[in-house]
Amino acid sequence: MKGWVIGFSVLAVLITFFVLYLGMTAGRIDRLHRRIDVARLALDSHLLRRSGVTLELASSGYLDPASAVLISETAHAARLSTDLSSTQRDTAESELTAVLNAVLDVEAVEMIDDSLGGHEILEEFAASARRVELSRRFLNDAVRACVQLRKQRSARWFQLAGHTPVPHTREIHDHVVYSQRS
Amino acid sequence: MTIKRIGIVCPYSWDVPGGVRSHVADLAVTLQGRGYEVNVLAPVEDPDTLPEFVSNGGRPTAVSYNGSIARLSFGVRATRRVRQWIREGDFDVVHIHEPVAPSLSLLTCWAARGPLVATWHSSHERSRMLSAGYYVAQTAMEKIRGRIAVSEAARETLVEHIGGDAVLIPNGVRVADFRDQESFAIEGTQKILFLGRIDEPRKGLEVLLRALPHIFSGLERCEILIAGPGGPQEYEKFLDPQWRDRVSFVGAISEEEKRRTLRQADLYVAPHIGGESFGIVLAEAMAAGTAVVASDLAAFDRVLQSGKSGRLFPVGNAEALGSAVVEVLTDQHQRRMLVEAGNARVMDFDWERVVEDVIAVYEAVHLSGEKVEEDLRGQIAGRFAGRRSRDNEETP
Repeated sequence: MKGWVIGFSVLAVLITFFVLYLGMTAGRIDRLHRRIDVARLALDSHLLRRSGVTLELASSGYLDPASAVLISETAHAARLSTDLSSTQRDTAESELTAVLNAVLDVEAVEMIDDSLGGHEILEEFAASARRVELSRRFLNDAVRACVQLRKQRSARWFQLAGHTPVPHTREIHDHVVYSQRS
Repeated sequence: MTIKRIGIVCPYSWDVPGGVRSHVADLAVTLQGRGYEVNVLAPVEDPDTLPEFVSNGGRPTAVSYNGSIARLSFGVRATRRVRQWIREGDFDVVHIHEPVAPSLSLLTCWAARGPLVATWHSSHERSRMLSAGYYVAQTAMEKIRGRIAVSEAARETLVEHIGGDAVLIPNGVRVADFRDQESFAIEGTQKILFLGRIDEPRKGLEVLLRALPHIFSGLERCEILIAGPGGPQEYEKFLDPQWRDRVSFVGAISEEEKRRTLRQADLYVAPHIGGESFGIVLAEAMAAGTAVVASDLAAFDRVLQSGKSGRLFPVGNAEALGSAVVEVLTDQHQRRMLVEAGNARVMDFDWERVVEDVIAVYEAVHLSGEKVEEDLRGQIAGRFAGRRSRDNEETP
């Protein structure tokens, strides 16, 4: 009789601890999901800012017409891609980066820098590009932490992530060489 | 500018000089110069001497932590204080320094939510990171949106032990503060300066003392000034009595005195034999317009651009150190070139530039209109209620 009671209470304590643990893990996953939501919004707003500054640069008259048309069309395509899937969007943004890296070579940067108001627009561009890189890094960091936690057995068996789809990292080629200077 | 109010948390006592504390102070002052409203929360012993941008985080308790005695704030009262600071601060971004330190930093991670940024300063040992309390700490830390490491070593520990990524933003120097100091040369005597803990072998004082015969035979009128905490007794054996009046130990000096001393020295010697991850003091010497002779550790080599902005010598080689010192101090042209190159190089480490990177991180994690709030959800209850619907990006 007594052994039965002890056994039962030990089991009850163990179950309580296990439920607490599950609760904590669910809370961690929930928090990471929220962080990912915010990081996505931040990344999207910085991408919009970057393509916006690019359009401004294209229409500023500092660049030769061919370069201007090239970057404005790519920037425009990137801005329109907001309605598409995230993969298509990332491709469009990567293309913008590649075009920017091709257009903004040393000579072009020097020429813009020497023009009136050119220095300011270059600085603004560099700042926006840097923020894109940072916010994407922070987003992917949160996604990796979340995916790792969701892979745990307890999280899978007890569906601690609810019905939230598994988050994905955003793979954008976003390194603009010019943004590293100044 | 959508970010206006910034809260910074320093885990160590504001009254005790230290790396993290001066980093926080410099960052706060530089951000203020950029027009941000900054408030720092730190443990404080003597509330009367606080600058107005520092909030009193309560009296710290001295405990043994991470291999030395640290003055930390924790417990119920500290938690209440942190929550109050978050509520009243109305911050757009809160920047937590050394978030794993069991003090105000960890408490802030725990009690706040919203745009949180954290900077890792030191490297920690693995054993501590695996302890039971760490599960709780990690839970709190998952709220941090942007992580910064001040050195490659700090970044590596973070990546290995906690996992994840961090942006490298090195320490800064407030160059203007060093240039402000008056500098007057004492006719005829040349001052060579050593800075750092005397009783810590890796600072390499022994290498400098072994180079003394070489230096004194090459330079008629020069003095060696050794500044830093620790007793000079164990170095007596290196000191020939005839040099007694040419070598002075001045003990520990304040930040203010350090700037003045650096400014007045003709040459700063960094004979470190290892363990330096950055070498901020080299940057400080360059900011003060003092020529630098340093051992060729990887970190120093990087700061001094492989010898362009400071003279390098092989680690631990007293003879090479001696010749380098004599050469730089006899060849005025070379010394001037080094000072000039150093003046230019140090601008890369100027807080005015470094702060740009920090602001970029703030902006990368902050959505416009967002504020840092108190995290009122109990640690267990209330988790399942009020789940927002996620954005539907994943649907094709």
